[in-house]
Amino acid sequence: MNASATKKEIPQEKHLRRGLDLIKRSFKIRPISHAIAITGACLFSISAVALTRVLGYATDEIIIPSLDHDALDDRQLWIAFTLIIAVGLSRGLGAFLRRYFLAGARYGTELVWRRQLFNQYLDLPMAFHRKKSPGELLAHADNDMMIASLALMPLAFTVGTFFLSIVALINLFLIHPAIACIALILFPLLAGMNQLYSKRVITPASAVQEAVGNTSALIHESFDGILVIKSLGRSDAEVQRIRTSAAQIRNHRISVGRLRAIFEPAIFALPNFGVIGLLMLGTWLIDKGSLTIGELVSAIALFGILAFPMRIAGIFFEELPRSVVALDRIDEILQLETPHKKNTGTSKINEISVNLKIEGLEARYGDQLILDDINFTITSGEIVALIGPTGVGKSTVADMIGGLQKPTAGQVFLGNVPLEDIDSQQRNKILAIAFQESFLFADTVEENILLGRNFNNDDVNQALATAQATDFVNELPNGIQTTLGERGVSLSGGQRQRITLARALVGKPKVIFLDDSTSSVDPVIEKKILHNLRSHADVTLLIVAHRLSTIKLADRVIFLNERKVEGTGTHEELMNIKSYATLVKAYETSGEIQ
Amino acid sequence: MKQERQTRRATRGEVGHEIPVIPQLDNESEEKKTGALVVLRRGLNVSPELRSGATLTVMMALIVATGSLAIPILIQQILDQGLSTDTGLRTGFIYTSCSIALGIITFVVFAQRATYNRLVKVAETTILELRIRVFQHLQKLSLADHQESRKGILTARVTSDIETLSQFAQWGAIAWIVDSVIIIGTLLVMAIYSWQLTIVVIAIYIPIVPILKAIQQQQFLKYREVREAVSETMGQASEAVTAAPVIRSYGYEDSVREKLEKANQSQYHRQIKAHKFFALLAPVMDTFSAMAIAGVIVAGSYIGPDIGLTSGEMIAFVFLTTILIAPIWELGEVLDQTQTALAGWWKILSVLDVPIEVIEPEKGKRLPKGPLEIQVEQLGFHYRTGDTVLHDINIDIPAGKNIAVVGETGSGKTTFVRLLARLADPITGTISINGIRLTEIDTASRHDSIQMVPQDGFLFDQTISENVLFGKPGSSEGDVLQAFESLGLHWWIQKLPNGIHTNTGPRGERLSVGERQLVALARAQLANPGLLILDEATSAVDPETEVALVSALDQLSQGRTTISVAHRLSTAERADFIIVFDKGHIVETGNHEFLRKQNGIYAGLHQSWVGNTQII
Repeated sequence: MNASATKKEIPQEKHLRRGLDLIKRSFKIRPISHAIAITGACLFSISAVALTRVLGYATDEIIIPSLDHDALDDRQLWIAFTLIIAVGLSRGLGAFLRRYFLAGARYGTELVWRRQLFNQYLDLPMAFHRKKSPGELLAHADNDMMIASLALMPLAFTVGTFFLSIVALINLFLIHPAIACIALILFPLLAGMNQLYSKRVITPASAVQEAVGNTSALIHESFDGILVIKSLGRSDAEVQRIRTSAAQIRNHRISVGRLRAIFEPAIFALPNFGVIGLLMLGTWLIDKGSLTIGELVSAIALFGILAFPMRIAGIFFEELPRSVVALDRIDEILQLETPHKKNTGTSKINEISVNLKIEGLEARYGDQLILDDINFTITSGEIVALIGPTGVGKSTVADMIGGLQKPTAGQVFLGNVPLEDIDSQQRNKILAIAFQESFLFADTVEENILLGRNFNNDDVNQALATAQATDFVNELPNGIQTTLGERGVSLSGGQRQRITLARALVGKPKVIFLDDSTSSVDPVIEKKILHNLRSHADVTLLIVAHRLSTIKLADRVIFLNERKVEGTGTHEELMNIKSYATLVKAYETSGEIQ
Repeated sequence: MKQERQTRRATRGEVGHEIPVIPQLDNESEEKKTGALVVLRRGLNVSPELRSGATLTVMMALIVATGSLAIPILIQQILDQGLSTDTGLRTGFIYTSCSIALGIITFVVFAQRATYNRLVKVAETTILELRIRVFQHLQKLSLADHQESRKGILTARVTSDIETLSQFAQWGAIAWIVDSVIIIGTLLVMAIYSWQLTIVVIAIYIPIVPILKAIQQQQFLKYREVREAVSETMGQASEAVTAAPVIRSYGYEDSVREKLEKANQSQYHRQIKAHKFFALLAPVMDTFSAMAIAGVIVAGSYIGPDIGLTSGEMIAFVFLTTILIAPIWELGEVLDQTQTALAGWWKILSVLDVPIEVIEPEKGKRLPKGPLEIQVEQLGFHYRTGDTVLHDINIDIPAGKNIAVVGETGSGKTTFVRLLARLADPITGTISINGIRLTEIDTASRHDSIQMVPQDGFLFDQTISENVLFGKPGSSEGDVLQAFESLGLHWWIQKLPNGIHTNTGPRGERLSVGERQLVALARAQLANPGLLILDEATSAVDPETEVALVSALDQLSQGRTTISVAHRLSTAERADFIIVFDKGHIVETGNHEFLRKQNGIYAGLHQSWVGNTQII
């Protein structure tokens, strides 16, 4: 039992209440599936009890007469035969309904929760994605979802078990009240023992899960770092590290095994003790004439079917806390408020020549000031390079111009109209941003450029031409219809950047922000691209660059340093600023051979 | 106590862990079918502890079977002897037999507890030792076996494959032995009561086997489809998450939403379809069970009087019939698990067959302190399953020089420096350091004197300080700070939130590639090797870090032999000597000025570099 496993424990009652909440939510999503599953579980319970009654009947009416008195009644025999088959079938039907509709309830619930989660992923602002790692978000949709719905599986069986206990007790009372008394002692004992087992096994069982996770993370790390381990001669230390971690798995599994060794044999022996009691009491009652052998057989058979459902009910209570915790993690995302998207401004702007103006822009992450009072204007037809050391906030500027992040103060103007007042459709049309990371979808080249927008072939071809992508796209196996990505063709970094550039250009935007989006493109090609862009006289172009060749292509440079604009002017003018000169010199040395 | 196994089955089915775990298959080749016995024999050889595990399991099986059979026999005895109509109620007999049964069942509870405890210990220890043994073997394999493409497979052998085996050990393996013993024991007791009725029961149960197998196969196929659907959904989700800025600024939300919905729906439908087969198992089993009971009652009441069957025996027989179904069901369930577990086990064991190529000398020679010189003679190398990577390499590297190795991707330059660090051994030819053959150098001495800074600058998920200390275990934190300081990196440490105690994150990902190399350089500085091998990062390093790297490297290369795989021209320019690789051969050697004038490969590389930085 390690510290982190103990930490996760939350009072049982609290879990029960929140567990009920989880179940209620699933019921709202799939009421009919749950209802049929529970009906199936109850049918199973009734049939199981009925089968024990039929066995008793067969004992009294067939087995005893035919074997002890050699008086077989054929009609009775076939009644019993038909009853056994019928009850068996209805028990099977009950189990089938329970299992099948439970799958519908569980996966149907997952379907809805996952849809809600995906909608959040699409609708939450960019700031959310900047804070969360993709791995974490995917884990919510995958593993957390699986665990959150896990407790739904034994739910119907648990309800059925409760029902079974009641039907079984009534049945036993009808057979003989004295026999029911044995059950009244046995049932609570069995339920209590199950509860105790479930309660105690939760901690070591989750510790096993955690240890398995830790060990496999360590092993992954080991293989990733094999080069370092080998060259530093750390193999033995590494084996030791893995052994320590894997020994935790073994120890926790042994703990679970110890609990299982104590409880499971005892839980399954309890009904057998009950059977012995039944036999002693039953034979006495039979001798007195107040019980038949068949009734005793029926009671014994009933005791025999109790332990298993009780255990399932126990497992339900074991799973519930885990599911609640997993659902909590999902809820954290679902409860975030999404901004109302469609209510952006209605102002139309003159599209002929659009300038980009930034006034008093400020950005903060928590207490940390990232950008402070940034001001600049780029007039239509101008190419401006935005330069600054890593981490100075160039991408934050890109996010704010793109409307992905709201400035904490100041404003962005397009064509002298505040960004948020512009009709969103028009804004998407006149402004295009090509991001630092060239993200391509696992789809065709064409769809990667269109992204669901309506442009014709000419537009696409023109964008490809401007981005200098026509040649290599034509050489792809299916040209523009070639599927990219994991199961398709993979492109080089420069090619990927040119596709994303074509994506930005296809709508003939008036304002273009290239956030270091030509870094992998060959300088000669980059020059042609910028030349193409410049030939459209009314395009306003802002480029984040790390290459001297790119900087030199700009009409003007804005130098961002220490949260502020430290200088504006041509490259030569700015070379007088010492920090600028140092930075640009660093760009020179970092050129690559390949 | 058949029900205990039954629970484990149920915990898979009723409780929702229904997707069978299958070991990650390698794409390397189609799976060879290896007989179960061959796997078992090999497995026993590697893990002899399993023998005591098997004995324990058989013991437990006998105990569990005794517990299962005690109650029907008791019922029969009491009904026939204690309650016989001829003699009236025999209270004494009833008390005695009930006390005996009570004793047996109590004994079974404790005996089962003891054997199960020991069994778990044996099984888990065996699994642990197997995992460590295989991991240790993997660690010793040469770098040729640790190529990027095989990394996932190797990792799976000691993670998911072992987990599958462990799950099999906890359930499937025990089920095989315990269920078999219960089935045989139950059939034996049945046969003692009436062999004729036993045949009836067997005849009714036999068709279960092919039906179970067919359903299982369908289930297996459907679950494979489920896994495919899940990975499709996650693939779509991954796009939606990683492309968040693109989706937002191009208004692509609705199309992505549609794609996600489609994947989500298809996952749901496949899950339901797969679960249908699991649901179908229940009525099949219940039908057979009911048929067997009904069959026994009908047959028994017809032929019973003729074969002298008592009513007690008959009732016991009915109870025995109900006992039989659970182990049969369970064996059907573990069938698939067994196949995958055996295949996984075989794959784990096969790892041990991969030969260890780099064999450390028993009593090696030690290298002196200070800069080292290197002689490479007629060196040739190829990976076990690949084309030749290096041909006839001959070069002498004098002590204390700063050497740059350049060449295109795949020219063999990286393999060359890895051979110098003895991450693999040459196939032909020799490498000698200060006149001593590399293969004869003492392991510890080699690790002290030859240090390598790998390309991606991998770091362990620990603090910077701990990562640097690997260079020279036993050093103090002051030494770590000193190492950074002497490389002129003090400012960088101060910039970090927790200084040298900053955690680097998994693989060092909280730092940039360039920063990770800074840490690796400090580690090398602390180790103070006579030969430093540096594999430069290919990906872009931000300019400030680049400047820091260059000046740190200048410092670091003082007083030792340095060999850099250069991806930046500046590194080559500053080198005393450049070795140019092309297609596995050394094609040019000399300094920068000399090579530039040669108009060869180096001059070409230089040209493309110039194009990258100068004004066009």
